[in-house]
Amino acid sequence: MVAAIRVPKTQRARRELLKHAPKLVETGKKTLILHGTKTSAVLNSVLSDIYHLKRDNAVKYTKKNDNIRPFESGGESSLEFFSLKTDCSLIVYGSHSKKRPNNLILGRTYDHHIYDLVEVGVENYKSMESYVYDKKLAPKLGSKPFFAFIGEHFESAEELKHLKEVLLDLFRGEVVENLNLAGVDRIYVCTATSPTTVYMMHCALCLKRSGTSIPRMELVEVGPSMDLVVRRHRLPVESLKKEAMKTADHAKKVKNVTKDPVQGRLGKVYMPDQQVGKLALSNDIKGLKRERREAKKNKEHSKKQKVNPE
Amino acid sequence: MAEGAAATPAATSSFEVDLGNLMAYDPSHHLTAASSREELRQECLQKGTELAQAVADALFALPPSEDRDGPIVHLPPPTIRLPREKHLPKPKPPTKWELFAKAKGITKRKKNKREWDEQTQSWKRTYGYDRVNDDKDIPIIDAKATDEPGVDPFALRRQDKKKRVEKQEKSRLENLKKAAKVGALPSHIQLAAKALPITGTKADLPKKSRKEDLENVAGMASSATASGGKFDEKLPGEKPLKHPGKHRKFLPVAEGKGMGNLEKQQNDKILNSLLARNSDEQLDVGKAITMYKVKKEKQRSKDKKMSSKSDKLKPQKKPLKKSSKKKA
Repeated sequence: MVAAIRVPKTQRARRELLKHAPKLVETGKKTLILHGTKTSAVLNSVLSDIYHLKRDNAVKYTKKNDNIRPFESGGESSLEFFSLKTDCSLIVYGSHSKKRPNNLILGRTYDHHIYDLVEVGVENYKSMESYVYDKKLAPKLGSKPFFAFIGEHFESAEELKHLKEVLLDLFRGEVVENLNLAGVDRIYVCTATSPTTVYMMHCALCLKRSGTSIPRMELVEVGPSMDLVVRRHRLPVESLKKEAMKTADHAKKVKNVTKDPVQGRLGKVYMPDQQVGKLALSNDIKGLKRERREAKKNKEHSKKQKVNPE
Repeated sequence: MAEGAAATPAATSSFEVDLGNLMAYDPSHHLTAASSREELRQECLQKGTELAQAVADALFALPPSEDRDGPIVHLPPPTIRLPREKHLPKPKPPTKWELFAKAKGITKRKKNKREWDEQTQSWKRTYGYDRVNDDKDIPIIDAKATDEPGVDPFALRRQDKKKRVEKQEKSRLENLKKAAKVGALPSHIQLAAKALPITGTKADLPKKSRKEDLENVAGMASSATASGGKFDEKLPGEKPLKHPGKHRKFLPVAEGKGMGNLEKQQNDKILNSLLARNSDEQLDVGKAITMYKVKKEKQRSKDKKMSSKSDKLKPQKKPLKKSSKKKA
């Protein structure tokens, strides 16, 4: 029976496992980038560019991966295993075939099981290296990006609505409460050019003086840029979605505590009823002991006797 | 650019700005039928600039707090809600003891880390190594009238302790199992099936029989005939047994030339070694030297003790020795 339990042998492994544990408030999702048995030069470049953009929070597999067909039943098992192994919940899978050239599958997992999938084809791709610009403007690693979505198709077309959400999840990074305004330096511009196509580009943000406290924004394209043509997509199951959308109820309003500028924190305390009848009694209450009771009785008796003669 | 800036205030109303995600969305924009890629790019850039400006307008309007690294603003939570990565942490079910304690109204009390030990008259740890009332510090256990003769009280103590530890381990496992059922296992612990994912559950699979096991069974079956499988026909692809027939070999007892002689030799060897221990002729030189050395060492230390005890007024030996060495 003892062998049935597994505990990490080193403190380091233990810390690592604690990092994988579900958290009340989650820190950013990790991305897993991998490809199938066949890829193209374009796809290789796309994958490495995405890895470069997400370098602070991504894992890239460089070997070929067999038997990954996320849209077919049974074909997602190894993806789910990789997701568990690397603790990634965003998956970018590249494959290339005659039927679906330059195929990119963007997927998300919930509890290390596939949550939803979008399959896109990459067209008109321009890599990061092909852009020439002032390197001082280059976005810093891990900075929080802006997003600009343009076009009515993001609302009208089901696939693009889905793709928009996935792209946002893929690139937004960690949800933060405090943002340093000096660290604002990049934007993803996604334009729906047709009901199935999104033109996506990555630009650096230049903050220029405008005479007011709000700076004037200027975009400098830094790449990559590509057309994403939606092929297949799978929306999350409704029940799973409901489960995944749960959030921790944030600190409840504290009752009976007020803040006063002069006196600081003030609290009201209400004493609950002392329910003496329901009190848990232990067996060794001294007053309930027979010897004591009798001793006391005897004492009183003797006192009375003493008093009486006088 | 001036045109864009002028257009912004009018257009801002149609933008959806999600400040938590630093995102702006313009659902009303219609692309002009761009003929070339370059035109499309320019249009997108221009529109993107507008949207970036819209986000920046909202962002830079927030009251900043100065920091050493720059102004820091407090972002509102994102309005577009995205799914979680993993389920919410589940509360751990109470252990059997916790349930009992609650029913009885027993509350936890903190104990000091160190306690005064009467046995050794010193402060010692409450638990763990070198603790208070440690078994090894108890030299005497008072005999009681109820004690059974022939029972070692020290061994009994050790046994009891062992039993307690085993019981605790058992209840710990039970509690963990209970927690695993609800899916609230501490993340660093994995139960039963080795491939159990950290979250979620998987029924433990029955153990698969290995190829080696199957081969063993097949071999046993094939040799379980009166002839020991000698005259049985082999199946195609069946390999011969790895350890066929007898595993132990006994030497013949009867005296002979080859194998028979071997038995005698073996016994002779054993007998010789036994006799040699007591015989005077055989001398193990290495052993003798060490014995001699040990004896001498003992004698010397004894002498030393005697001398130091006898007169403390005499100067100590050590410094003298050192100086003599130096001289030499």
